Amino acid sequence: MNIVEQMRTNGLRDDLPEFSIGDTITVAVRIKEGDKSRIQDFIGAVIARQGTGNEASVTVRKVTGGIAVERIFPVESPNVDSISVKKRGRIRRAKLYYLRGRTGRKARIREARR
Amino acid sequence: MIGLIGKKLGMTRTFEESGRSIPVTVIQAGPCVITQVKDEHSDGYSAIQMGFGAKKPKNTPMPMQGHFRKAGTDPLRTVIEFRLDEGHEYKMGDTVKVSVLAEAALVDVTGTTKGRGFSGTIKRHNQHRGPATHGSKNVRAMGSIGMHTFPGRVMPGKAMPGQYGNKQETKKNLTVVAVDEEKNLILVKGSVPGHKNGIVFIRPSR
Repeated sequence: MNIVEQMRTNGLRDDLPEFSIGDTITVAVRIKEGDKSRIQDFIGAVIARQGTGNEASVTVRKVTGGIAVERIFPVESPNVDSISVKKRGRIRRAKLYYLRGRTGRKARIREARR
Repeated sequence: MIGLIGKKLGMTRTFEESGRSIPVTVIQAGPCVITQVKDEHSDGYSAIQMGFGAKKPKNTPMPMQGHFRKAGTDPLRTVIEFRLDEGHEYKMGDTVKVSVLAEAALVDVTGTTKGRGFSGTIKRHNQHRGPATHGSKNVRAMGSIGMHTFPGRVMPGKAMPGQYGNKQETKKNLTVVAVDEEKNLILVKGSVPGHKNGIVFIRPSR
């Protein structure tokens, strides 16, 4: 393995659960305000995952009061305190960008049967 | 201060403690061997010459082999000179490691840019495209290259198609993110000219 590949994949965090596209997850984000920092939860559906190693990122979409918010989190960032899975989703696409044009019942993700 | 010869290995990213992501280029810098020390008396100026990267003796001309033998090293692929004031302590055959850059906050990196061959003005000079439809026939062609009877010539330096890339370029004042003396690595913020495995010269910024 070449050195850059090693740098990208060594020492990755192992405290994150396995999750995939369509899952609803809680991302605990560390937020700095002045010299104080606190942790805020961002709950939403995973609509895309991108990259590998320390360049991996996840796009989370949530809808609050009719306004959708999408945030892209670099998974390895120290600002991502923790991630927990709330719901597993059953989906048929690798990227759920089609949710962007939909609202209400059409924007649902079916829950995975276990 | 002297610099180093290195090899661009590729790019990745690191995180600051604040969570900010920093794009970094990983360069294998050195170890370089000093192959010649030039001074005022013998050469008219003071400098050191260093080499980097192994090369088979059978691919090295005999005069070069002798030159490297004098320094007590195997033949090296790349050789470069750094001007240095007299009174330094470098000797022939010394090994220079990445630690010489450990104290530099900013470095300049010189490399050969990726060769793009004979390129048009859109790629080479960031000119705009013409309309693709409505009977237009100059989609990627360049536009007018000048005026009329006056001045009756094309202005010098007019941006035109030609060879693009494969040219030495220096990127200045790159922040040094980390120096790994064990693995001979230096991480600089941002990109560096050239392709992967390309040879680069790294020197502290002035």
